[in-house]
Amino acid sequence: MKLTGAEILWECLIREGVDLVFGYPGGAILPAYDAMTKYPQIHHVLVRHEQGAAHMADGYARATGKVGVAVATSGPGATNLVTGIATAMLDSSPIVCITGQVPTSVIGSDAFQEIDITGITLPITKHNYLVTEVDEIAPTIREAFHIAKSGRPGPVLVDIPKDVQIAVTEYEPISEPAVVPSERLVTVATTDEVDRALALLEESERPLILAGHGLTLSGAEQELLEFAEKRQIPVALTLLGKGTLAEGHPLCLGMMGMHGEAHVNIAIQEADLLLAFGMRFDDRVTGDLKTYAQNSKKIHVDIDASEINKNVRVDLGIVGDLKHVIGQITERMQPAEHAEWVNLIQSWQDDRHLRDIYNADPGGKLYAAHVIRDLWKYTGGECVVVTDVGQHQMWEAQYYHHQRPRTLITSGGLGTMGFAVPASIGAKMGLKDGEVWTIVGDGGFQMTMMELATAVEQKVNVNIAIMNNSYLGMVRQWQEFFYEERYHATPMGSPDFCKLADAYRIPNMRVTRREEIPQAVEFARQQTEGPVLIEFVVEKHDIVYPMVPAGASLHNMIRRPVAGAVTEKE
Amino acid sequence: MKYSMSALVENKPGVLNRVVSLFRRRNFNLDSLTVGRTEIPDLSRMTILIEGTETEARKVEKCLSKLVNVVQVEHLHDKPSVMRDLALIKVKVEGDRRSEVMQLCDIFRARVVDVAEKSVIVEITGEEDKIEGFTDLLRKIGIIEMVRTGIVAMGRGEHTVSPNGYRKTAAKGSKSVL
Ligand SMILES: Cc1ncc(C[n+]2csc(CCOP(=O)(O)OP(=O)(O)O)c2C)c(N)n1
Ligand SMILES: [Mg+2]
Repeated sequence: MKLTGAEILWECLIREGVDLVFGYPGGAILPAYDAMTKYPQIHHVLVRHEQGAAHMADGYARATGKVGVAVATSGPGATNLVTGIATAMLDSSPIVCITGQVPTSVIGSDAFQEIDITGITLPITKHNYLVTEVDEIAPTIREAFHIAKSGRPGPVLVDIPKDVQIAVTEYEPISEPAVVPSERLVTVATTDEVDRALALLEESERPLILAGHGLTLSGAEQELLEFAEKRQIPVALTLLGKGTLAEGHPLCLGMMGMHGEAHVNIAIQEADLLLAFGMRFDDRVTGDLKTYAQNSKKIHVDIDASEINKNVRVDLGIVGDLKHVIGQITERMQPAEHAEWVNLIQSWQDDRHLRDIYNADPGGKLYAAHVIRDLWKYTGGECVVVTDVGQHQMWEAQYYHHQRPRTLITSGGLGTMGFAVPASIGAKMGLKDGEVWTIVGDGGFQMTMMELATAVEQKVNVNIAIMNNSYLGMVRQWQEFFYEERYHATPMGSPDFCKLADAYRIPNMRVTRREEIPQAVEFARQQTEGPVLIEFVVEKHDIVYPMVPAGASLHNMIRRPVAGAVTEKE
Repeated sequence: MKYSMSALVENKPGVLNRVVSLFRRRNFNLDSLTVGRTEIPDLSRMTILIEGTETEARKVEKCLSKLVNVVQVEHLHDKPSVMRDLALIKVKVEGDRRSEVMQLCDIFRARVVDVAEKSVIVEITGEEDKIEGFTDLLRKIGIIEMVRTGIVAMGRGEHTVSPNGYRKTAAKGSKSVL
């Protein structure tokens, strides 16, 4: 069958199971766009900025576990993808970006809209390709999808010059799996590794599991649950590990790290054995490495060998797929209990209730933490929540308790403001069913709010909750603590968000009092087609507690002062 | 300390760039990197020397192994190996210095590969130390120009870095090599 490169591209994407792509056309990708018209099974979402396309593909991938696809033209189209690609890279999210490139005959001549996008994205993709021959399109797409989702997932970019899209060749579908030289085929632990893990567990009286994103990427949540329950080991979550074990499970402690719960961070410092599953000891969870978890032996299980001993020296590193490895250990592990240890952690946890803002009397004010807490309550804790980056993100992590994997979608590694609105559109389009809430700050919302048009056009039913504190709140918080309250460049004026929503014909509501939150949730739930926007006008001078200052020891937390009135007990 | 490793990589466009970019990005201290053809047409072999700690050397190995086009990476510093560097040195030979240079060449088993009126080019192969020693002496006579290949290395005897089970990938990229 003779086809053009552009047709082969779509044939191959369809073979990989793609039925939805996020993109934006332009000269160098036009042949591909034109050929798309022959493939009605592909639904194209026209974004308003290519960054949005990459975030949507990422949101789609995180929500569904499938590979998300973004398409852009050469030059500025491709460079606009960069932030989205980097976001996917740092959070190991499988996306494939297809970019048009100037014709091969003029590559290297600074032709109109020529940019070396494979060069630019080299350090922020798992791999990338410049396809210079039409026969290479099919094998490259096959390989790109394989690389994006195998091992530790990540973004892959495929740059296709215009003449290669136009060229005609004999197309033969590839059904064999792609081979990648660097790929590790062994994903299970050796008997010796399991023996050593069991020995360390046997010695331990204060074991603690650190559960990360890798568990979800591996689909190992059930294995984690069985492991933790069989040996009664408490579990601390990273931000991206939320959802790996149901919050509310007696062994689930909550989030660790810079804005983690105090009792979780203390438990890490006091444990005698850390079992790090699919997490990477990022500086936001360790604090000062010199004082981090000095009392413990450490077992680290990860699919990526280069993560082991990268930041923290471990006693046992097992390279493998968590699903297999945890299962292997559980199978041979004797049941045990650590009642004393669990009670000790509980005693630290009790103190939290006194200090916690959800127990504080709002005194007629609207606190973002209360909003998120109430959203959790009135939505039954069953939504998919997509957050942006900032204070609201940390409050989400603290007060929205997730029960299932893939229900919190947030930019952890790169901390990309502007992620939430497009990522939630991608997530909702991938999931189709289920309630999706977008929790976003007034700052981050304004970085990618142009995608409201996309949501309207595609009738994407996301509930966008803006936490409007009139500040770049998280930066303001740092200025308050570490820069003597010089609030420079953080007060932020905004348009009237409700009028803005009106302009897009988006149903909207403004909330200024805590009592109105149930109504707002009800209002959002009534709309079943297209987006809803709710502006929560929240306290300006608010702080996320506890906080481990950057570079400080994990146990040196700035704690919230003990609250006055107690209104609610968990 | 210096650590050496040997890497087999696919002969594809941009592979050298990927390797070098990795060193820059991860802040590894690259001392020397050489690359050339091998006994297998689709593969090139790199000899990499880094300056750092053993931990860093392990990190380099693991990060390199993650690159899609890297087939095999192995440390050489912990096994018996042969290491060679080649230098071409153009030396000033005015007056009776020519015979002095010839004598040094004899002692160091270097070869004169070009003779001109006022200079000669000598070629020397050997371990880094030997070349350093040789150039130190020549410097006193007068070096006009020098070029070195960087280290190539190979494990002795059964210590072979081979592409275990390597299968060629389908997507080849464009034709040019590296
Ligand atoms: C693209 C980008 N630019 C800058 C930052 C630095 N930054 C982190 S949080 C934050 C403030 C976010 O403000 P807002 O969106 O209003 O959320 P809030 O903290 O007020 O909840 C900033 C500027 C970032 N994370 N991402
Ligand atoms: Mg704000």
